[in-house]
Amino acid sequence: MLGALTILLVFQLVGETISRGLGLPVPGPVIGFILLLAALLLRRGVPEELRTTATGLLTHFSLMFVPAGVGVMVHLSRLRDEWLPITVALVLSTLLTIGCTALVMNWLMRRFSHKEKA
Amino acid sequence: MTPRLTDIWVYLSTTPLLGLTVTLLVYQGAYWIYKRANFNPLLNPVPTSVAVLVVILTVTNTSYQTYFDGAQFVHFLLGPATVALAVPLYPQLGKLRRAVIPVIGALLAGGVVAAGSAVGIAWLLGASDTTLLSIAPKSVTAPIAMGISEKIGGLPSLTAVLVMVTGVIGVISAKYVLNFLKIGDHAVRGFSIGLAAHGMGIARAFQVSEEAGAFAGVAMALTALASSILFPLLLWLFTP
Repeated sequence: MLGALTILLVFQLVGETISRGLGLPVPGPVIGFILLLAALLLRRGVPEELRTTATGLLTHFSLMFVPAGVGVMVHLSRLRDEWLPITVALVLSTLLTIGCTALVMNWLMRRFSHKEKA
Repeated sequence: MTPRLTDIWVYLSTTPLLGLTVTLLVYQGAYWIYKRANFNPLLNPVPTSVAVLVVILTVTNTSYQTYFDGAQFVHFLLGPATVALAVPLYPQLGKLRRAVIPVIGALLAGGVVAAGSAVGIAWLLGASDTTLLSIAPKSVTAPIAMGISEKIGGLPSLTAVLVMVTGVIGVISAKYVLNFLKIGDHAVRGFSIGLAAHGMGIARAFQVSEEAGAFAGVAMALTALASSILFPLLLWLFTP
């Protein structure tokens, strides 16, 4: 577990260094994520220890959103002032996003999946 | 007796121990309720925990900064957890390769609608610039959405809240929207939930099927990747 955690932190650190060093818009952990995916492809497999640690960490993924979420208390007055645009925008936009994504993907699946098989 | 208790409180309230312990206790309580309620999306543990913690902090007159000194240890794990998302994505690469055109098409369409409609509707209804910049990455997974928000000039902590509310709306409504549109394919159902409702969508999709969950994971990862490149680029293009 310690080894796997170190691997994850090293990839994050390298990602962070690349992001800051080159002034890239992509956050460090995302670069770390891409680099780890590339490393797994080169290695042609996931080491067992890394798989266990990653699964364990991602099981509690939602817990990690809590401290930032409590930050809502700092924004209560803004939310009170702008509750209408925020609520309408979030609800409508989420419904539209699910619908449009599904329709476009469904349509493209029918058009392209069969062609590739042939 | 009373002054002693006060002394203990004064000591504890300034150490990180209290914030961290309370976060873990509250979350596990919220998760227990969620599990007892058969994983009803309305009782997702994140909004429950946040609500309880805000009440506790308000009642004890504790500032967010003091609380965060302890809770930051949990917050810190978002970084390595984001890197760890590469692990569940790896076994899905083959499946993904076979559906590469539909996935890219859906990613572009969904991404544009997610950010465009949120900003557009909020703007029409008179939201402030800071809110517009904070709401734009609302469908992206929280750690990355917060990074984007910070880079483009929004408020990361406000974005985190908006992302979470989006996740809750997504997991509650997805089933009805997809059934209404008569979408039967689990890959498509999973992908649209993951794109619109990030990590919460993935958890929901895995309850339906392995295939839906896998495609939700792919959608979240690709949305995160594409938006962390495109958002700052768009802002750079449109800022005089």
